[in-house]
Amino acid sequence: MLLEVKGLEVRYGGIRAVKGIDLAVDTGELVCLIGANGAGKSSTLRAICGLNPARAGSVRYAGLDVASVPVYELPRKGLVMVPEGRGIFPQLTVEENLAMGAFACADADVPRDIERQYGTFPRLKERRTQTAGTLSGGEQQMLAIARALMARPKLLLLDEPSMGLAPLLVAKIFEIVREIAAQGVTILLVEQNARLALEIAGRGYVMESGAITLADEAANLLADPKVREAYLGEGAG
Amino acid sequence: MDIFLQQVINGLTLGSVYAIVALGYTMVYGIIQLINFAHGEVVMIGAMVAFTVITVLAGGGMPPLVVVLIGTACAVPVCVLVGYSMERLAYRPLRRAPRLAPLITAIGVSIILQHLAMLVWSRNVLAFPQIIRTEIYELAGAAITNVQIAILAICMLMMLGLALLVYRTRLGTAMRATAQNPQVAGLMGVDINRVIAATFVIGAALGAVAGVMVGTYYGVAQYTMGSLLGLKAFSAAVLGGIGNIPGAMVGGLLLGVVEALGAGYIGDFTDLCKVAGVSDWLTERCAADPHFILFGSNYQDVFAFVVLILVLVLRPSGLLGERVGERA
Repeated sequence: MLLEVKGLEVRYGGIRAVKGIDLAVDTGELVCLIGANGAGKSSTLRAICGLNPARAGSVRYAGLDVASVPVYELPRKGLVMVPEGRGIFPQLTVEENLAMGAFACADADVPRDIERQYGTFPRLKERRTQTAGTLSGGEQQMLAIARALMARPKLLLLDEPSMGLAPLLVAKIFEIVREIAAQGVTILLVEQNARLALEIAGRGYVMESGAITLADEAANLLADPKVREAYLGEGAG
Repeated sequence: MDIFLQQVINGLTLGSVYAIVALGYTMVYGIIQLINFAHGEVVMIGAMVAFTVITVLAGGGMPPLVVVLIGTACAVPVCVLVGYSMERLAYRPLRRAPRLAPLITAIGVSIILQHLAMLVWSRNVLAFPQIIRTEIYELAGAAITNVQIAILAICMLMMLGLALLVYRTRLGTAMRATAQNPQVAGLMGVDINRVIAATFVIGAALGAVAGVMVGTYYGVAQYTMGSLLGLKAFSAAVLGGIGNIPGAMVGGLLLGVVEALGAGYIGDFTDLCKVAGVSDWLTERCAADPHFILFGSNYQDVFAFVVLILVLVLRPSGLLGERVGERA
């Protein structure tokens, strides 16, 4: 297993946001974690890359205990996150944002990698000298993903990449995520848009008020009546 | 002699020093939103260390320029150490504390440094050895000294160097990224503690050089000199837009010029004899002495703070500052 989460618990003050969950992602998989707003998905993701300290349980990435590694060392080991709300640097140019993505891999051929991202995201090339804050929401999300790819991730954590985007853009972002997975990057995708997430994922976990309630092949979850009712907006009948 | 041009030259000289000190405030504010009130004290320590070194070496027969360079070369590492230590010992433990805590700590650090300096260098005004012989050149009807030229040139070079560092290097990009979103910068592999420490160190090194220049220019140094200089530089940073690096440069130069012009002309503007006709008493008084100046050039220090108040009232984000919105 590339990523193994065991009994993970996250608390904010007295509130248990994540109540001892198990989760695993194998090399080459695209796994999604779906659930309603406030179910604890983002907290889980933030705990995986060390932004939220885990109260209990363990997160092992490539055999490494994440708690024992400072956050800034993780991208050097191939664990990269696209945070919720994109987290681009608004006053840096598009190109500087991309260069920041490669900060962890000093040996990388940064200009060549940037050109590769421009190949995937031609819109970013058009706007390379603009400050990132002037981009539209969709462009910012593309920039956030491209920047993460600059770090040459082994495991990419995506936190709600579709949030706040128009439906057409959402479809495009999911297409990009699928392509990245096809190129061999392992992905853990957190999404509220359960249908699209399950359509591109191999496996999925359903999270509800801090606990994982279902874990199965994505196709099975898509067919599951409970999932259909709660997350795909279909009536039980 | 052209008074106006003369005051502009004097103002730019002093203003470029303000700009260098203001950079120390603005860089630290930009990255951790802390107004490091102890920065003025770093400048003072730079001046004091240089004073000691230059005094010791002054009679030794070395060329004066070399002596001043050695003085600066000693002041910089001492200030760097002071800057690094205050971040490491005083501010880093408070990184997650409410913002008032580091602010009050900064005032405390300032008081501690000032009194340590008093213990080492006494409370007296020290005569900064004037070993560089002043030469005066004429420039379009005004006078400019070799010291002024050197100060202007060194400040411009340091500003250029800093701009290159911040806008053209990996460390600089990491600094700007950390200023905008420290958490995400960490996710990109930036050790933000090192970047923040680097910011303090760079600011302190600039401050050290500024201290030597102030000492050389005024010819005096005292353990309290950092307070007023620091407050003025802070005003300059606010004038330019605190957190904004080009803003600190512009704000410093502008403040220096405003101060010099203000000091140069305030006497003329507040000379009551210009309106001598309004009362008999005044007419008599002015017949005896043709000037009755209400505020003289000793009010020079007021201008920086008048500017500070005006900026805070009229344009709180400063000349080049942007409105600070939500973090992305």
